[in-house]
Amino acid sequence: MDRFQLFPVQASTLAPEVDHLLYFLLAVAVFFTLLIFGAIFYFAIRYRRRSENELPHVQHTGYTLEILWSVIPFGLTMVMFTWGASIYFTASKPPNNAIQIYAVGKQWMWKLEHAEGQREINELHIPIGTPVRLTMASEDVIHSFFVPAFRTKQDVVPGRYSTTWFTATKPGKYHLFCAEYCGTNHSGMGGWVYVMEPMDYQNWLSGGAVEGSMAESGKKLFEQLACNNCHKDDNSGRGPILVGLFGKQVQLAGGGSVKADEAYFRESILQPQAKIVYGFEPVMPTFQGLVTEEQLVQLVEYVKSLGPKPGTGPVDNGQKPVPEKSSTAGSTPANR
Amino acid sequence: MITAAAQERENYLNASHGLKSWFLTKDHKRIGLLYLATITLFFFIGGAFATLIRVELLTPQGNLVSSETYNKLFTMHGVMMIFFFLIPSIPAVLGNFFLPIMIGARDLAFPKLNLLSWYLLVVGGMFSLYAMLAGGVDTGWTFYTPYSTTYSNGYVIATALGIFIAGFSSILTGLNFIVTIHRMRAPGMTWFRMPLFVWAHYATSLIQVLGTPVLAVTIVLLFLERVFHLGIFDPARGGDPVLFQHLFWFYSHPAVYIMVLPAMGVVSEVISTFSRKAIFGYGFVAFSSVSIAVLGFLVWGHHLFVSGQSLFAGMVFSFLSYFVAIPSAIKVFNWTATLYKGSISFQTPMLYALGFIGLFTMGGLTGLFVAALGIDMHVTDTYFVVAHFHYIMVGGAIMGYMSGLHYWWPKMTGRMYPEAWARLSALVIFLGFNLTFFPQFILGYLGMPRRYHLYPPEFQVLNVLSTAGASVLAVGYLMPMIYFIWSLRYGKVAPVNPWGATGLEWKTSSPPPVHNFDETPVVTHDAYDYASLMAEEVEVG
Ligand code: HEC
Ligand code: HEM
Ligand SMILES: [Cu+2]
Ligand SMILES: [Cu+2]
Repeated sequence: MDRFQLFPVQASTLAPEVDHLLYFLLAVAVFFTLLIFGAIFYFAIRYRRRSENELPHVQHTGYTLEILWSVIPFGLTMVMFTWGASIYFTASKPPNNAIQIYAVGKQWMWKLEHAEGQREINELHIPIGTPVRLTMASEDVIHSFFVPAFRTKQDVVPGRYSTTWFTATKPGKYHLFCAEYCGTNHSGMGGWVYVMEPMDYQNWLSGGAVEGSMAESGKKLFEQLACNNCHKDDNSGRGPILVGLFGKQVQLAGGGSVKADEAYFRESILQPQAKIVYGFEPVMPTFQGLVTEEQLVQLVEYVKSLGPKPGTGPVDNGQKPVPEKSSTAGSTPANR
Repeated sequence: MITAAAQERENYLNASHGLKSWFLTKDHKRIGLLYLATITLFFFIGGAFATLIRVELLTPQGNLVSSETYNKLFTMHGVMMIFFFLIPSIPAVLGNFFLPIMIGARDLAFPKLNLLSWYLLVVGGMFSLYAMLAGGVDTGWTFYTPYSTTYSNGYVIATALGIFIAGFSSILTGLNFIVTIHRMRAPGMTWFRMPLFVWAHYATSLIQVLGTPVLAVTIVLLFLERVFHLGIFDPARGGDPVLFQHLFWFYSHPAVYIMVLPAMGVVSEVISTFSRKAIFGYGFVAFSSVSIAVLGFLVWGHHLFVSGQSLFAGMVFSFLSYFVAIPSAIKVFNWTATLYKGSISFQTPMLYALGFIGLFTMGGLTGLFVAALGIDMHVTDTYFVVAHFHYIMVGGAIMGYMSGLHYWWPKMTGRMYPEAWARLSALVIFLGFNLTFFPQFILGYLGMPRRYHLYPPEFQVLNVLSTAGASVLAVGYLMPMIYFIWSLRYGKVAPVNPWGATGLEWKTSSPPPVHNFDETPVVTHDAYDYASLMAEEVEVG
């Protein structure tokens, strides 16, 4: 790993796509650099001043030329734009079958938690060939999750969830950096991403002492924080039933609706007054300051695990609407 | 300072004496020199910080300074270089000195305001210097929230206040230039006879006047948030930290053009003079400056591609960024075409100007890389971006500034600089620059994040190359410092028009008289009309 390199390894499905665009841009850049440098050198020598009172002919503006050298570069830049935008588009849309991992950035470490309950600090273990979706939060300032070998980077802004995803293609150990300046030990806020064969990943997942899946930890919190006083499985509570909520459209008081996703759950817990569910009183207290980002993601994961099929419990409900990768299914009870 | 030979006639330098005659001067030429001294000081302070940064990066471990100090070094380097050196550089020194002369005016429209502008820069600089001496600030020149508002314990307020004050210097200078260009042109100096240097300053001034107030507002909000915890940017209070980035870049993207447009103006003058030919496509070059100024206000979001702005916003900003690239390309092509069938001579200003074209081309082309969404996801906040903007701001703007300084030095001081040394400095700077910053493109693509005190060992070779280049660059910048000062005493006495250039500034004596011209010039030709210039010379001679 200490070897001198000129080009980063490609270890995700995105990497070759980004690199192909880079090659195109390099070709254009080299062409124009050579053109301009070449023309300057050639003209400078060919038309150097030979006598002190030499007077060149006045040259009139060539409109054809002006149009030509505006339109051609413009055409090229539009190729760059479309190409770049299409990669960006893919990179912003996590596939449905992605496995879910949570990341919390804080000065100056990354804490990661797998749905199965494994926790890591400054290390992330993932399987090869399966899309991984990261839902990220920050406990303090802005950080940025950057894995050069994957060609992905996403700022993690406090106060909201940021997401990114990747599918690793090559087993190995890759740098994880924080790319957004975040204070004194910014340059130390990194670690490693370990990309493993699916089998090895399964072994890794089942090894080590785990307190329980994230959803289970979330369930405990749900009880500790007395959420279940208001949110019950039947209509007897003051709050809405949370079972079957994830992924649905929620009707809001005062009209409109919102999709029940992670960001919405987060907001419901921290700023319950921001969006009031139709037919309910705004009585839910805020939990801002009472739960850490890590606890919050557990709560969110728990609420997610309650849906969307009503009536199933948090554990082994397999309620995810998308087909599971067979390689990851069934290894731990909490597998979604 | 001025020896007998130059003292033959009264000029702006020998017309009055004493400190008071300098510190209370309303002469735009003297104010230009005050700025020159001030920003040179700021440049060397900023340069000292850069030196420390580069020396630290020789090794992957931090063995020279602590991380805390390192962070302060790059912050203060950025603040000094951007706000106190590059933004004032060409406009406040060369623009101040030559813009009125080039349009045949006796001074700027508001001479007292001009002096005030200089004092504002000095006071602003003092605040920031105080902050640095008192303990420094570690937010990065970008002051991103909530780090700057809630977490940093550096001297954020003092530094920001310094920038706030210096901003008014910039606004007032811009205002002064706009009014001067509208109201004070000599008879016959129509808009389309104005030298391109003046056009570039007109465009720059528009940005200064329209953009800088937004920076001022942003700093006020930062202040309110840090001191009174208003909750504008703090998510815990319902604020949005990314809002700060929008506000900051709404000014700071246009500000990159405040830095480079004047350099483009200088280069247009110099290329024309040293190829003895009117700039090819004068109208296109003039209008491209103005369109850059306008379009520059529409692309700030390209600094936020991975900050969590919407997919749609990302696409719009990428698209618009490509629009700004076109006027820049037009300029490069027109400069190059000007050389075609010219009569090219290679004095120092020309060498610097050609260096500018080369480096600006590379900086601009890499701008196309970072404007591509798919690439920027990978290279943003890495050394790739650092290399990109140094190619434009150091390779472009500072090369342009050096070109202009050499070009007009004879006019400003009445003395010629030593040509051989100066040519050597241009070469040393060009080579040193490339050695410093080219490896950073590779580093960035490899994934080395910017603002990193410690880095993985596999990046060391490229960092060592970069530091080696920086030492060459430092020598390159020290050379002019020495020979310019030397020339004040020992330089050859400058003739009125040493380069055979066409501008009005070359029709008055070197150095110019207090009121610039003995009688108000009347303009009868387009800019860059070498045929009639040479005809006149024949008549006179
Ligand atoms: C005092 C009773 C009360 C407590 C305690 C309470 N909630 Fe609520 N909750 C409500 C009510 C009432 C609503 C509906 C009104 C609204 O949107 O604020 C609600 C809404 C929600 C929603 C949005 C539901 C939907 O259908 O859109 C979520 C998610 C939620 N709460 C989670 C929690 C969690 C997690 C906790 C514990 C940390 C909690 N609540 C504690 C009363 C409560
Ligand atoms: C030719 C067209 C240009 C394009 C398309 C372009 C594009 C970009 C983009 C997209 C970024 C953001 C990169 C990132 O942060 O990930 C950027 C950064 C930057 N550019 Fe350019 N640029 C151009 C010219 C210029 C010019 C002329 C200047 C200055 C004179 C300049 C100075 C900067 C600076 C200072 C930054 C980054 C600052 C920071 O993050 O600290 N660019 N450019
Ligand atoms: Cu960081
Ligand atoms: Cu920009």
